[in-house]
Amino acid sequence: MLVLAVDTATSAVQAALVEVDGDELFLGAFRREIDSRGHVERLAPFIEECLAESGRSKSEIAAVVAGIGPGPFTGLRVGMVTAAAFADGLGVPVYGVCSLDGIGGNTRGRALVATDARRKEIYWAVYHSGERQGEPQVGKPAELPDLDVDYAIGEGAGKYAQELAMPAEPEAAYPDLVKLVELAGPRIRGGEPSEKLTPLYLRRPDAKPARA
Amino acid sequence: MNSEPIVMGIETSCDETGVGIVRGTELLADAIASSVEEQARFGGVVPEVASRAHLEAMVPTVQRALDEAGVTLADLDGIAVTAGPGLAGALMVGVGAAKAYSLATGVPLYGVNHLSAHIAVDTLENGPIPEPAIGLLVSGGHSTIMMVEDLAGEVTQLGASIDDAAGEAFDKVARLLGLPFPGGPHIDKAARDGDRAYVEFPRGLSAAKDMERHRYDFSFSGLKTAVARWIEAQRAEGRTVPVNDVSAAFQEAVCDVLTRKAILAAKEHGVETLLLGGGVAANSRLRSLAVERAEKAGINLRYPRPRLCTDNGAMVAALGSHLVAAKVPPSEMRFPANSSMDVTIVSLANDLF
Ligand SMILES: [Zn+2]
Repeated sequence: MLVLAVDTATSAVQAALVEVDGDELFLGAFRREIDSRGHVERLAPFIEECLAESGRSKSEIAAVVAGIGPGPFTGLRVGMVTAAAFADGLGVPVYGVCSLDGIGGNTRGRALVATDARRKEIYWAVYHSGERQGEPQVGKPAELPDLDVDYAIGEGAGKYAQELAMPAEPEAAYPDLVKLVELAGPRIRGGEPSEKLTPLYLRRPDAKPARA
Repeated sequence: MNSEPIVMGIETSCDETGVGIVRGTELLADAIASSVEEQARFGGVVPEVASRAHLEAMVPTVQRALDEAGVTLADLDGIAVTAGPGLAGALMVGVGAAKAYSLATGVPLYGVNHLSAHIAVDTLENGPIPEPAIGLLVSGGHSTIMMVEDLAGEVTQLGASIDDAAGEAFDKVARLLGLPFPGGPHIDKAARDGDRAYVEFPRGLSAAKDMERHRYDFSFSGLKTAVARWIEAQRAEGRTVPVNDVSAAFQEAVCDVLTRKAILAAKEHGVETLLLGGGVAANSRLRSLAVERAEKAGINLRYPRPRLCTDNGAMVAALGSHLVAAKVPPSEMRFPANSSMDVTIVSLANDLF
């Protein structure tokens, strides 16, 4: 089964075609650009390019998987609405997966996954052997509780390495689209009904009218 | 294409998630989900609240429109979407959705200008627009006089508000008078039982020296301040504020200057057709004053029913349909959402960014 995966929860605009063959996953085509303001311009062309590069037709896509954040809202919504509308247009199901799991799912030991939430905050969750412990949170990097983790990984870890109590991975890590598809695997293989995608909003909207 | 093009239009520039479907100039569906009730709690449009609501409503509203029209995505000849101007985060939801629907279905995509769409919607009610035409667009986001030489690509701005949009002034004065948001319909209603000449509120940019530099421009922030001062003065003297009369007098000041300048623009440019659009074009006094003055000036006045004046998907579909019929090239997948899109860009063809 061919699956389209997208994630725009971080500054990385990402799209991929992933082949699901039983328990095995193969990355067919992949596009990523680090452009925190370019989600709406780049994502649809990336999907086009993935199809062209892999020589596959859009009608072969059997399901769509989207990272549902947490992430800075404007960019995150672009990926989610793209996934939902593309799936609706094809008449195939769409499934949501926590974007942090696309990073944390690949970690070993005890790891803090931290992405950039802007306003000097991070979105974060703790992973133990690749399993998320509890719900994702948002907060200031210097004000995290005692987490007993070995290291921190993700854009937020690199950016706030000085303020974090644990060593940060120097290399930037973004949600791995193959991992997102893997996490949605049971739903994809089970042919579960399409989901209503709701972003993991961890903050309330700022209630300041635009035309005040 | 053996008959008129079937086009779906998506509009998310402010707080309405609109999806309309037209066949040529025939309206097949006009589905809307609005976050206005939620926005009313804040007394204005909160961009983040609007964007969240757009994402929630997008796919269901498309489905509702398709059901209402009795067509499928495969029947479409075009998908049009508001690319700007508007709230950036809100626009992105509609643009993202439209691109994805176009990708999934192979239906050509048109990124279009919200202002031109307000003009195009009139074709659904009154048929093809005689060109050239002058458009007076008034809403919470814009107060603009447009020159429409060719709705498929030649539109320019003759004037616009230099501060608040007319609709904003309605919202602000409504708040001063203790009327709910959005202010327009409530002021219109109160004004029906009021005296338009009760107070003479100022007409912005109408003095001789302003008419030189700002001939077709508007200003409403001074008017709002004048109303606020007047109300304050009344209250300071212990008098109750006659809401109906103040509504009527304020509304008169807005409608007077809007219609006066729009008619003037038409006369001075030798244009015989004047179109009204935008949410404030649903205002009963604006309509009656425009009718009266257009008749006197020998100008052909057109406006659609109130429901089509406010933001909706039908207007975007109407413009899309016009572009398809005029064989304007579709937009490429990489076009952006442009919150300050220039009025002269009717649609984002491949070479226009
Ligand atoms: Zn509008």
